[in-house]
Amino acid sequence: CFAPFLCLRPPQIRVKPDRTGVVTDGVKHSMNPFCEIAVEEAVKLKEKKLVKEVVAVSCGPQQVQETIRTALAMGADRGIHVEVSGKDYETLGPLQVSKIFAALAKKEQADLIILGKQAIDDDCNQTGQMTAALLDWPQGTFASEVTLEADKLKVVREIDGGLETIKIKLPAVVTADLRLNTPRYATLPNIMKAKKKKIVNVKPADLGVDVSSRLEVLKVDEPPQRQSGVKVETVHDLVEKLKEAGRI
Amino acid sequence: MFVWRVAGLPAFPPLQSFSEEESMMRDAVKKFAQERIAPFVSKMDEDSVMDADVISALFEQGLMGIEIGAEYGGTGSSFFSSILVIEELAKVDPSVSVLCDIQNTLINTLLTNLGTEEQKQHYLPRLASDTVGSFCLSESESGSDAFSLKTKAEKHKDYYIINGSKMWISNAEHAGVFLVMANAEPAAGYRGITCFIVDRHTDGLHIGRKENKLGLRASSTCPLTFDNMKVHEKNILGKVGHGYKYAIGMLNGGRIGIAAQMLGLAQGCFDHTVPYTRQRVQFGKRIFDFQGMQHQIAHVATQLEAARLLTYNAARLKEAGRSFIKEACMAKYFSAEVATLTTSKCIEWMGGVGFTKDYPIEKYYRDCKIGAIYEGTTNIQLSTMAKMIDQEYDG
Repeated sequence: CFAPFLCLRPPQIRVKPDRTGVVTDGVKHSMNPFCEIAVEEAVKLKEKKLVKEVVAVSCGPQQVQETIRTALAMGADRGIHVEVSGKDYETLGPLQVSKIFAALAKKEQADLIILGKQAIDDDCNQTGQMTAALLDWPQGTFASEVTLEADKLKVVREIDGGLETIKIKLPAVVTADLRLNTPRYATLPNIMKAKKKKIVNVKPADLGVDVSSRLEVLKVDEPPQRQSGVKVETVHDLVEKLKEAGRI
Repeated sequence: MFVWRVAGLPAFPPLQSFSEEESMMRDAVKKFAQERIAPFVSKMDEDSVMDADVISALFEQGLMGIEIGAEYGGTGSSFFSSILVIEELAKVDPSVSVLCDIQNTLINTLLTNLGTEEQKQHYLPRLASDTVGSFCLSESESGSDAFSLKTKAEKHKDYYIINGSKMWISNAEHAGVFLVMANAEPAAGYRGITCFIVDRHTDGLHIGRKENKLGLRASSTCPLTFDNMKVHEKNILGKVGHGYKYAIGMLNGGRIGIAAQMLGLAQGCFDHTVPYTRQRVQFGKRIFDFQGMQHQIAHVATQLEAARLLTYNAARLKEAGRSFIKEACMAKYFSAEVATLTTSKCIEWMGGVGFTKDYPIEKYYRDCKIGAIYEGTTNIQLSTMAKMIDQEYDG
């Protein structure tokens, strides 16, 4: 399973002065909540003896190792840190990450990739789908329930109209939605055990992946300031004001 | 000279440097405390009862056997990790923190250091997984003067009959095992004090009604009576007559635990208060922006930092096997004072709402006072420090 490292939303998001993005310096980074759910699901599958090994992967700078360790403390067996830092990291987007994941999946001969449905910093909701396409694997996205049935995966998906149940063949990509499970806490004994588990360092170039971006961010703006409202005394006034504003 | 080296840091890193494992533990406990303990704090305080689910959760997370080796089912971590855990828990609830502190720094430490292999095999796994422990030293007539305790243990063949009573015993409501200090040889004075391991359901052990306290209300504090209580000699921890040594030795480390608890309490209170001062507007500006407020807040923040450094340093000294008794006394004494100062000021900064139970501040204020009293009163700490200072100049 793959646990993207990302920027935890600070209480007040500020746009950088050069408007190329939001300020991330000094902001505490931690595991994307949906990816935490993905790690939990993978560990549960291992506990049910349905999968042999859970590998936690993250792409980013040195600090990413902490996130991988958390995944190890939750029960993953080993970790892979794909080193991407500096300018490359700033422009790292879903397409490059998908290419990295696809390359790793082939190298590791993975049967299942589970990741969060989207990262809460960019809300792209693309990596899982792109990874599946690059590998030509079936995908079960927005999963709220995953069951292994022989060599197929039954996935209940949360969609706009309700719930959709699909059966997909392995190997496959699954993206985790909020209600898939409640991630466990890393207990202190497991944190200690995680120290002995291995994290391997890899560079995108080693996987034959070019991380240069095809996108250029032109500008990032804060949303417009909220306008103050108008207080009215009576329901009659309210109706008049709404009519004035053309709302009714 | 012992040189402390933490991976990736210079040879003399700042006191607030943690190993990766320590950081992970602290973050895990912080999250756990916020999600699994915080929702219960107010009710536990009001009802003066520790929620059973909170206690089980502490065990599940491995917080009750931090230094117990993995071979006994514990977490297998270090003293400093215990200190960080105690501090983080205290930020959310000092009562829960003291339960965890007593278990780790007193009960587990005594059994690990003094237990026979058989005793360790029997008790350590239980202490790590589901059994709370209580340490029973104080009596109604012996608090600071601990060694004048009157509980007696009379030897008969291969067992002892214990009679007497204890007061102010923390965790007693939930404890499954009690470490009872009784005098097996009164004629020898304090050199007769012996430590007995007593299971809860031992005949003759009576747990009295818990005290109705000002603070730390969720932590049960009960009197105990021993009525011809029979304890087998194989339940003696360590040697007969050495109990006083064990008590002193262990309380030295326990002191650092209480320092961590008071520190966490003060920090937790502070962390609830400063955001309020940044939001509350009077006379057209945030109350934080008034110079009078700023000076007070900065002063308290400095005291907190000093308390933290005293506590962390005492813990690191202990881990390094260096002399740490004076520093432990200083940490406990100072942290308790800082907790009193911080909580008192926080209520003032919050204004009227600080005085109501709808906000968590007043609870911290009530909880802090015991810091200057238990596990060695402030006066005892100061006297101990003075004795050591005196010796330092012996030349």
